[in-house]
Amino acid sequence: MDISAFVLFWAAIFTSNILLTNFLGMCSFLSVSREVESSFGLGVAVIFVLTITAGLNWIAYHYLLVPFQIEYLQYIVFIIVIAAFVQLLELIIERYAPALYYSLGIFLPLITVNCAIFGVSLFLVIRDYNFIQSIAFGAGSGIGWLLAILMLAGIRSKLKEKLIPAGLRGAGISLIITGIMALGFVGFSGIVAVQ
Amino acid sequence: MTKKDIFINSAFRENSVWKQILGICSSLAVTNLMLNSLIMGLGVTFSLALANFTISALRTHTPRSVRMMVQTLIIAAYVIIVDVFLQANMPAISKQLGPYVGLIITNCILMGRAEAFAAQNNPIDSFIDGIGSGLGYTLVLLTIAAIRELFGFGSLFGIQILGDWWIRWSIMVMAPSAFFILAIFIWIINNKYYKVKA
Repeated sequence: MDISAFVLFWAAIFTSNILLTNFLGMCSFLSVSREVESSFGLGVAVIFVLTITAGLNWIAYHYLLVPFQIEYLQYIVFIIVIAAFVQLLELIIERYAPALYYSLGIFLPLITVNCAIFGVSLFLVIRDYNFIQSIAFGAGSGIGWLLAILMLAGIRSKLKEKLIPAGLRGAGISLIITGIMALGFVGFSGIVAVQ
Repeated sequence: MTKKDIFINSAFRENSVWKQILGICSSLAVTNLMLNSLIMGLGVTFSLALANFTISALRTHTPRSVRMMVQTLIIAAYVIIVDVFLQANMPAISKQLGPYVGLIITNCILMGRAEAFAAQNNPIDSFIDGIGSGLGYTLVLLTIAAIRELFGFGSLFGIQILGDWWIRWSIMVMAPSAFFILAIFIWIINNKYYKVKA
C-alpha cells in the first residue's frame, strides 16, 4: 500500500472513522457516553494507547511472528501486548502523575477490552501498512473515536430532559443518534479514497 | 434451573444483544449479507460454548488475580480455531469478514458470559448457556441482515428474491442503516417482549 501516512491519518479520522464506519469500540462508546467529561478522558486514553499499541503490534508482527512463521498466533500476541502495555501504563501513571491517574486511571482497564484497539492492530496487518502508516492510522483512529464519543455525549446530555418513547430510552436512542452521525460522515467519503 | 430454562434464559430473556447491549460491534459490521451473518453467528456460538465450558471446568484452579487474562487466552484459542477453519474451508467469506473474526475475542458477549455465568456454574450448564447466548446473538444478526440484504441487494442468502424492477437502496449496504435497524429492533423488542411502559 503506497498511501502517504498523512493522508491515512485524515482518512482514519473522517472517511473511515473507526466507530461510525467500522463499528469498532461500540461497547464503551454506548456505556461511557453519558457525561462529556468522562467521555473526553476515555477518548484521550484511547488515542494514546491506540497510537502506541499500533506501533508495538506492528513490530511484534513483522519482527517476531513473520520470521518464526507463526502468524496464526497474532490474536494472542496482540492481546497480550495490549494488556501488558495498559497495565504498564497504569503503573507508570500511578507512580509519576497521581493527579492524572485519578482522572484517567479508571478508564485504563476498560481500554484492554475495547475492540477498537484490537481492531486497529488487525487492520494494519490485513492492509499491510508500514510502520509510519500504522502509527498514523492508529493516531487518526483514536482521534476519530474521541470525536464520535464527544459528539454523542454532547447530544445525550441535551436529551436528558426530553421526552423519548420508553422503549427507546438508553441504548435505542443512542444508536439512532449514532446512525445520524454516521450518515453525516458518509458525506466525507468522497474526499479520500482509502478503504 | 433446568437445562431448558438456562437455554431459554440466555437465548431470549437475557439476550446479550437486545437486553444487555453487548457485542454490538460485530452485530453491525457483518450484517450486510445473511450468509456472512450466519457464519459469524455460528463462529461466535462455537467459541462461546467451548470457551464457557473450558473456563467453567478450570474455574476452581484459576487464581482470581489472573482470571481475566486466563479467560481471554482461552477465548483466543477457540477463536483461532474458527479463523483457521474459515481460511481453509471458506476463503471468500473469511476475506469478507476480515478482522471481525479475530474481533470475536474482544466481543463483550464472550467475556460477559464467562464472568456472569461460567465462573460460577458447572461446565455442562455453562456449555448450554454458551449455545443459548450464541444462538440468541445469531438470531439478532440474521434478523438485521435479512432486512439489509433484502432492501440493499434484493436477495436473501445470495438468492435473488426481488426482480430487476427493484431499485436497490444503497443506504442499506452502508454503515448508517445498521445503526437505525438495530435501534428500531431494540425498540420493538422492548415494547412487545418486555412490555416497557412510559
